[in-house]
Amino acid sequence: MVRRAFGIGVVLLLAALPVLAGQSVGQAPPGQEGYVPISQLPPSQQLPAAPFLIAAYAFIWVALVAYLWSIWRRMGTLKHDMEILERRSLPRK
Amino acid sequence: MNSRSWSESGSRGLSVGNAASPSEQLFTPFAIVAALVFAAAPVVIAEAPYESTMLLIQKIFYFHVPSWIALTAALSVCGAASALYLFRGSVLADHFAVAGAELAALFGACGLVSGSLWARKAWGVWWEWDAKLTMTLMLELVLVGYLLVRKYGGPGAERLAAGMGIFGTVTAPFIYKSVDWWRTIHPKTSVIPTLEPSMYGPLLFCAVAFALLFALLLALRVDLEIARARLDRLFLENEG
Repeated sequence: MVRRAFGIGVVLLLAALPVLAGQSVGQAPPGQEGYVPISQLPPSQQLPAAPFLIAAYAFIWVALVAYLWSIWRRMGTLKHDMEILERRSLPRK
Repeated sequence: MNSRSWSESGSRGLSVGNAASPSEQLFTPFAIVAALVFAAAPVVIAEAPYESTMLLIQKIFYFHVPSWIALTAALSVCGAASALYLFRGSVLADHFAVAGAELAALFGACGLVSGSLWARKAWGVWWEWDAKLTMTLMLELVLVGYLLVRKYGGPGAERLAAGMGIFGTVTAPFIYKSVDWWRTIHPKTSVIPTLEPSMYGPLLFCAVAFALLFALLLALRVDLEIARARLDRLFLENEG
């Protein structure tokens, strides 16, 4: 009895194999027929990473240098104002 | 302070006395170290391994995350100093608050722009109105508002700005945890602890570079604010 059930199971499995194989073949993506250079892609699909990376770093560097420069400029203005104040206060003394 | 002390105060131009204080003596070596570390950061990043899905663009991470770390430090300074000024009336704290707010706005802008560039490549969009990004933009606007109040608010603007500084600081933990609480396109906070050791090193290096730079800029900005307050006081005395 057990041997008969085992035989039926094997037959059913073998019968199902082509169906399973067909499904798996159906799900596979089509094979690649050749390499496409990124330069040949439409512009909407071309998005290299390097410009974004460089732009991010450049922005941060420029922002920090500009901030440092703004502090230096404000220091200069303060120094200039202080000198004017000193000159104005000298005649009184 | 007289004009002689200004001219003799060295490259900083903001000495508060004739003799250089210990912090002023440390300034030049500290500035050199900060500049060298920050300049070396891109080299360290270039040595870092590529992430498997995002490849090169993921390397924005090494400046993006330290920008937010620096913003958090600046915001903490701004919030704590604002509270000290508001409840204790400390004028020095007010100088720290305005310096912290300005630096928080600067590093916030760095984080937002670098994040947007990263998002364009990784997610296909420049911006997404999700909880994390929207709250971060609101924080940046609060900081810009703080600086505008300080500049154009007239008498009493310091107290109003201090309130804004505290408000802005309180939002920071909500922004940090927003990715865990709400569905968002931004990665969760659990990403950082899962970093490979080879990626953790460059991140730590860049975080130190930004921290040094933050400390340097904070010292400069506070010094500027102290000198400005002194000039105002001298002007009033002179007029009186």
